[in-house]
Amino acid sequence: MYEFFTQTNLGIALTLVGQVLLVVVPLLVALAFLLYFDRKVWAAVQLRKGPNVVGAFGLLQSFADFLKYVVKEIVVPAGADKFVFFLAPMLSLVLAMVAWAVIPFGDGLVLADINVAVLFVFAVSSLEVYGVIMGGWASNSKYPFLGSLRSAAQMISYEVSIGLIIIGVIISTGSMNFGNIVNAQDGMGIFSWYWIPHFPMVFLFLISAMAETNRPPFDLPEAESELVAGYMVEYSSTPFLLFQIGEYVAIVLMCALVSLLFFGGWLSPIEALPDGMIWFFIKIVFFFFIFAMVKAITPRYRYDQLMRIGWKVFLPVSLAWVVLVAFFAQYGAFWGTYARWTVGG
Amino acid sequence: MSVADFAFYAFALTTLVGGLFTVVSRNPVHSVLWLITAFIGATGLFVLLGAEFVAMLLMIVYVGAVAVLFLFVVMMLDVDFAELKAGMAKYMPLALLIGVILLMQLGMVFGTWQFSDGAEAARAAITPDMAEVENTAALGQLIYDDYILLFQLAGLILLVAMIGAITLTLRHRKDIKRQNVIAQMHRDPAKALEMRDVKPGQGL
Repeated sequence: MYEFFTQTNLGIALTLVGQVLLVVVPLLVALAFLLYFDRKVWAAVQLRKGPNVVGAFGLLQSFADFLKYVVKEIVVPAGADKFVFFLAPMLSLVLAMVAWAVIPFGDGLVLADINVAVLFVFAVSSLEVYGVIMGGWASNSKYPFLGSLRSAAQMISYEVSIGLIIIGVIISTGSMNFGNIVNAQDGMGIFSWYWIPHFPMVFLFLISAMAETNRPPFDLPEAESELVAGYMVEYSSTPFLLFQIGEYVAIVLMCALVSLLFFGGWLSPIEALPDGMIWFFIKIVFFFFIFAMVKAITPRYRYDQLMRIGWKVFLPVSLAWVVLVAFFAQYGAFWGTYARWTVGG
Repeated sequence: MSVADFAFYAFALTTLVGGLFTVVSRNPVHSVLWLITAFIGATGLFVLLGAEFVAMLLMIVYVGAVAVLFLFVVMMLDVDFAELKAGMAKYMPLALLIGVILLMQLGMVFGTWQFSDGAEAARAAITPDMAEVENTAALGQLIYDDYILLFQLAGLILLVAMIGAITLTLRHRKDIKRQNVIAQMHRDPAKALEMRDVKPGQGL
């Protein structure tokens, strides 16, 4: 039996499909509850109850919403480019999912343990802009088009600073493999994680991640006061649902990235406790909570302010930080906390 | 057929079909989308060759940045391609002439290309052993250690090109209002706001 799954072509294909399902299905189920959690946090900040009707405490609200979306009628605008119109939402969901292939859930527990994992995530997230542009263009309507142009400019701008921030972590580890990056943070529990040596970058990364995933306060593409709902205006039913799920998968991915890069992934915060997958999930939920809180308590940015902060503040600061980290790592400053090449790479 | 073979044919087919439809498509936006498909196929081929770093760079630079720019330009400029095609017949002889001349020049260059005996050895840096060091590290060693001068020169040329492009398009307009962010952030609320006690029914 073991030989069948590791030697024959059919067996290998079946194993791959099984592994992919093992990541995708729990991710989607978890997402349903994260969405519920998001709405509950938002409601609590605004002194409302939030979803509380479907299931116990409204726990099944996301599934009810899912059903509602799926059974609605799909409306295609006249003059829309039909093929691209339906390709766009599928693309944004698939691309958001693809990046999870290289995310390790535990020591060695990863679908594809590749050397350039960080670059892979970066490449895939740079593709996510296509779902938005294609959706906006194919709708053949002005609001979606304007929304998609805004969104594309925003995503490209913040990708630059995210890339530079990640380079700092790569320099410290000497490897682009997430497993190595996490293992390099092993040692004294919470105090040896990268959030201490790379402290200012944690905030920059979180803010850039919000801008990259079009999350409030940077949800300019969907600024309902100006653009109705940005590139999603013409979408209804299942395609709209796909866009929404894609967006939330990207957000959870960003939470996972923060915890892998700066907060030690699956490592336990206290040295005495055993490491494990559960810590990774706790960290993801914690950062998702932060994302939800930011959504609830901050007003939306103006578009020119958003671009200014991206290009004139984040880019120079993260660039200077890369130079600084390279300097610290080369000369072993701060007892070698910036150069952990022997541990990781 | 092994999995790698299957992957090769899948990616090769993607690249070829993408390239073909880039040329054939009538809608320019579709052309760019097919071009992106071709890029992604090429990325897969690079991965199969073991050049994972180059593959990811291709994806980030070409698909993530250059193609987005293409798509922007094609979507924003409302180019009438029928009109362009009509003009093609007129300029065809001139274009052909330029093409033939360029081809002849290239032929002349490569026909008389000569190496000195030591050139090959002088150019070739020692390639790191792929079994010991991973792809990215090997490339980093070559670029930043062995070919540092060439790398810096290439960076300098790009910098000059960038400054040139910025100077060409930079213009200061005097007739618009600009925001002074620093001044805005350091405004004193006490000077900008005035609290008045308004009596009911009277107004200010």
